[in-house]
Amino acid sequence: MSIWEYANPKKFMQTSAWALPWVLGLTLICLVVGLTWGFLFTPDDFKQGSTVKIIYIHVPAAMMAINAWGMMLVTSLIWIVRRHHVSALAAKAAAPVGLTFTLIALVTGALWGQPMWGTWWAWDPRLTSFLILTLFYFGYMALWSAIEDPDTAADLTSILCLVGSVFAGLSRYAVLFWNQGLHQGASLSLDKKENVSDVFWIPLVICIAGFVLLFLTMVLLRTRTEIRARRLKALLARERVA
Amino acid sequence: MPPAGVSGQEEAAGPEEVGGQGMKTLLIRDLRLAMRAGGGFGLGLAFFFLLAVLVPLGVGPEGGVLARIAPGILWVGALLSCLLSLDRLFALDHEDGSLDLLATAPIPLEAVVVAKALAHWLVTGLPLTLVAPILALFLNLPQAGYVWLVVSLLLGTPALSVIGAFGAALTVGLRRGGLLLSLLVLPLYVPTLIFGAEVIRRGSEAMALATPLALLAAISLGAVALLPFAAAAAIRVNLR
Repeated sequence: MSIWEYANPKKFMQTSAWALPWVLGLTLICLVVGLTWGFLFTPDDFKQGSTVKIIYIHVPAAMMAINAWGMMLVTSLIWIVRRHHVSALAAKAAAPVGLTFTLIALVTGALWGQPMWGTWWAWDPRLTSFLILTLFYFGYMALWSAIEDPDTAADLTSILCLVGSVFAGLSRYAVLFWNQGLHQGASLSLDKKENVSDVFWIPLVICIAGFVLLFLTMVLLRTRTEIRARRLKALLARERVA
Repeated sequence: MPPAGVSGQEEAAGPEEVGGQGMKTLLIRDLRLAMRAGGGFGLGLAFFFLLAVLVPLGVGPEGGVLARIAPGILWVGALLSCLLSLDRLFALDHEDGSLDLLATAPIPLEAVVVAKALAHWLVTGLPLTLVAPILALFLNLPQAGYVWLVVSLLLGTPALSVIGAFGAALTVGLRRGGLLLSLLVLPLYVPTLIFGAEVIRRGSEAMALATPLALLAAISLGAVALLPFAAAAAIRVNLR
């Protein structure tokens, strides 16, 4: 029993069909509990008022926006090294989800920034790097859709993902260098004393779990769709030959 | 006994020598093609020139504003004019089949990429660097910035050419890859742009600039050292 068993599309389809309802259920529970708790049962911040509650969407979405790219990096590497199609398709499936999380983080940030910072947008390092991340997602998805042959597309997008990761990291440090930030620092770190108060922290952690599970659900669903589309293509090709 | 069929001449030239000779030949060929009528040499320069003329027309003639935005405009102009000629880098050779020959040539594909990127730099990056001080006059760049303008472009434009070669390698199989190429390459240009413009900005304000200068050089050297491998891998995929 090894993880590589799931590289077999059939095995992956079986297991994911079994797992999907559970993951979906857990996602809904976490999101409903976390968001209700966060929105309705936490006190207002004494400076930020009720606008602080956007944290329950903004922070998890921003975390997943980055983690989704990380997952694409890992699955791309697996495709390059071990040539498992499921892996390449999972990377393809994750990109639009990651892009959506990035856009959610940017939009919720702007909505919060308008009353709090007095501006929708500032060229703050974090905001700028998210904008750059959006561009990387767009490029990656555009390359997938531009190439017809699926294996060529998988190879080229994987190479782009590897190189892009390096440059995305470089850009992150470049923008840090370039402008001092308006955005608050990390306040959820496990190794720091000064964190956000427990009243906000517990529902936030539940929301983060919910977003992780939401990402997992979407990627599983989309990967299954991609596998089915691939099978359909193969069937049609076989029919044409026969 | 030496194996039959190996001529004396081939024995004399080691593989390194063949590679070096091949790269030189390829470089000269690419330079000739670029200089020839219709080769696109000077197009990037003309674009760079136009941009430097249009920006003051749009922004207004006020010297202080121009001086402040000059480093950024010159760098953005440089990377846009680099972008202009990128889609020809491999596409023309792919169309007429010479890329297949280059891929099977006795020099490694990585060396082909390096030679082509070097040719691209010699016909775009280097002339841009040499022309930039004249255009900086239009943009009212402070006196102290001129040296650093040349230094930062000289250090940074090789990165632009190599990163561009990588993007061109990714899109070489596509019929209309030009627009996609800019979408892929421009985000990769971000760190180079930031550090490059920062060097000029600090230089013109007489501030300490060792850090951005070192980082710019690091990006350039790193890109020149590593990206040809990625580009060659992409070309191999595209030629499959």
